[in-house]
Amino acid sequence: MDKFISHTGTVLPLRRTNVDTDQIIPAVYLKRVTKSGFEDGLFSAWRVDPDFVMNQPQHKGATILVAGADFGTGSSREHAVWALQNYGFKVVLSSRFADIFRGNSQKAGLLTVIIPQEKIEALWDAVEANPALEVTVDLDAKNVRFGSEVIAFEIDDYTRWRLMEGLDDIGLTLKNIADVDAFEAKRPSFKPQTLPAR
Amino acid sequence: MGKTLSEKIWVDHVVRSAAGEPDLLYIDLHLIHEVTSPQAFDGLRLAGRKVRRPDLTIATEDHNTPTLNIDKPIADPVSKLQIDTLRNNAKEFGIRIHSLGDIDQGIVHVVGPQLGITQPGMTIVCGDSHTSTHGAFGALAFGIGTSQVEHVLATQTLPQSKPKTMAINVEGTLKPGVTSKDIILAIIAQIGTGGGQGYVLEYRGSAIRALSMEGRMTICNMSIEAGARAGLIAPDEKTFEYLKSKPHAPQGADWDAAVEYWKTLQSDADATFDHEITLKAEDISPFITWGTNPGQGAPLDGKVPNPADIADAEDRGAAERALVYMGLEAGTPFKNIKIDTVFLGSCTNGRIEDLRAAADVLKGKKIAPATRMLVVPGSARVRLAAEAEGLDKVFLDFGAEWRQAGCSMCLGMNPDQLAVGERSASTSNRNFEGRQGKGGRTHLVSPLVAAATAIRGTLSSPADL
Repeated sequence: MDKFISHTGTVLPLRRTNVDTDQIIPAVYLKRVTKSGFEDGLFSAWRVDPDFVMNQPQHKGATILVAGADFGTGSSREHAVWALQNYGFKVVLSSRFADIFRGNSQKAGLLTVIIPQEKIEALWDAVEANPALEVTVDLDAKNVRFGSEVIAFEIDDYTRWRLMEGLDDIGLTLKNIADVDAFEAKRPSFKPQTLPAR
Repeated sequence: MGKTLSEKIWVDHVVRSAAGEPDLLYIDLHLIHEVTSPQAFDGLRLAGRKVRRPDLTIATEDHNTPTLNIDKPIADPVSKLQIDTLRNNAKEFGIRIHSLGDIDQGIVHVVGPQLGITQPGMTIVCGDSHTSTHGAFGALAFGIGTSQVEHVLATQTLPQSKPKTMAINVEGTLKPGVTSKDIILAIIAQIGTGGGQGYVLEYRGSAIRALSMEGRMTICNMSIEAGARAGLIAPDEKTFEYLKSKPHAPQGADWDAAVEYWKTLQSDADATFDHEITLKAEDISPFITWGTNPGQGAPLDGKVPNPADIADAEDRGAAERALVYMGLEAGTPFKNIKIDTVFLGSCTNGRIEDLRAAADVLKGKKIAPATRMLVVPGSARVRLAAEAEGLDKVFLDFGAEWRQAGCSMCLGMNPDQLAVGERSASTSNRNFEGRQGKGGRTHLVSPLVAAATAIRGTLSSPADL
């Protein structure tokens, strides 16, 4: 996973709530067995509309998605995170994320940042007035900056450390694998096993 | 102070706890399917890692599989590659798999309980958000993404932050014709699609205890639609009875030890929940969704809402967009809405009891003109059980299609899809835009409402017949 310290880029303002994972990447695109190539499916149903915000030339090249509340609801597909990353997004800002989507994003290195809805609105207004507006999302300083605005955000220290160091979660757990061995030695015999099949 | 049920299960599975870190949780069972696992196995291979516990892992093919001609090669080459990839990965890593055509194949959340490998007090994960289904047995079960699938394959653990707890009490007696599907749709409409975020939901109260295991699975299944990763119900005699005859139920002394432990899996009387809501069962009536998220639902007796009456600006905007997508006009009685396709199936309502309930309503009747109905059993064994009872004949005589097991039209990854503008009454779990096919319009309903709707051709309950 690439390290994430700070990112500066332009914004795609997505004024919609409850953007579910079927909108981010519809199921028909999930048949691939790789983690790449999902950018074609990103918001594919909405992208057929020439007026959809992603099709507007002034937002071309945006790397920060700013969306309404409850972003990423629905399925557990990590393909939604990959699709956003494959397209070029580094950060998603919203006032509320679905739990599984947020967990997936933090594993895959897409930064998801929660800021209050009024700040989301302010950012939408600012970007719509000036689409070239540069916004910085600083994980080190834990804030979002644009113009004279500085918006602090919270993120737990453990997740922040992992993202800033680009650490492999599995590698971290394997360091403590002796704890897993000890736990398994004490598991009750009545717990089911899938093998041998009955 | 006492503990809630989910806290007890949590404590029993903490492998490692350190200040400033999420707890490392042991995972008792890992369910796998073809869509969310290929990249995880690739990751293992790249890092030279093995599957730590193949004996706590099981795979089935469900999301992508056809429901017709399952004895022929899969026509779509991309689907075929994904299925073949799962089969190859299972073989390479020594994982039990139930492939298309196998008697134990089916939707992963139907297969686990019917094999009896879903048991109280377990931690269960799967790369699928409807893993919450298994909570019906008093297990802590939740959906994970592909990175976490890889993590569990490699370590049989997951680092997890402890969720908050919410009690959802449903007290009283349900009216005739009202099912567990109506309960959960009513709950989601009340707390919203984000209401459960960060929580484990515990469904409690006399109306929940009165439900069958199938009914409990339907409720827990849709916890994720309220934003909660997990929902659970304390195990009781019904749970033990259901498990007793299942292939992987503990045997002999292990059964007694298991039941003794399972009986401790109740929230303590003095436990406190972070949040608590109560619904009266008598207030719940057959429920449907009218919009494009599962929180946009209402009693079937009502009318399409007028967005202008919605105070919250974001909810109003969402309702306006939903009505445009759904092709509905405010004020239209729900029962006037014409349905093209009825879908009976999915991990929400594709179990034998669901098929029985629908068949009871349909028996001796004929399908409405210009309406099609797909009946897709949740597993090969559900299909066989239904055929043994003659339910297949009831459905076929009625004019419905009787298909092979799988996820099918719930998410339209296989050829079972809605066409643009086509409207469904579906016993599945999501009414998102395009969920059942690009441009398709979905109304979520119970099996009883699905059956009555297929008879009348418009959204209906058995009471309207």
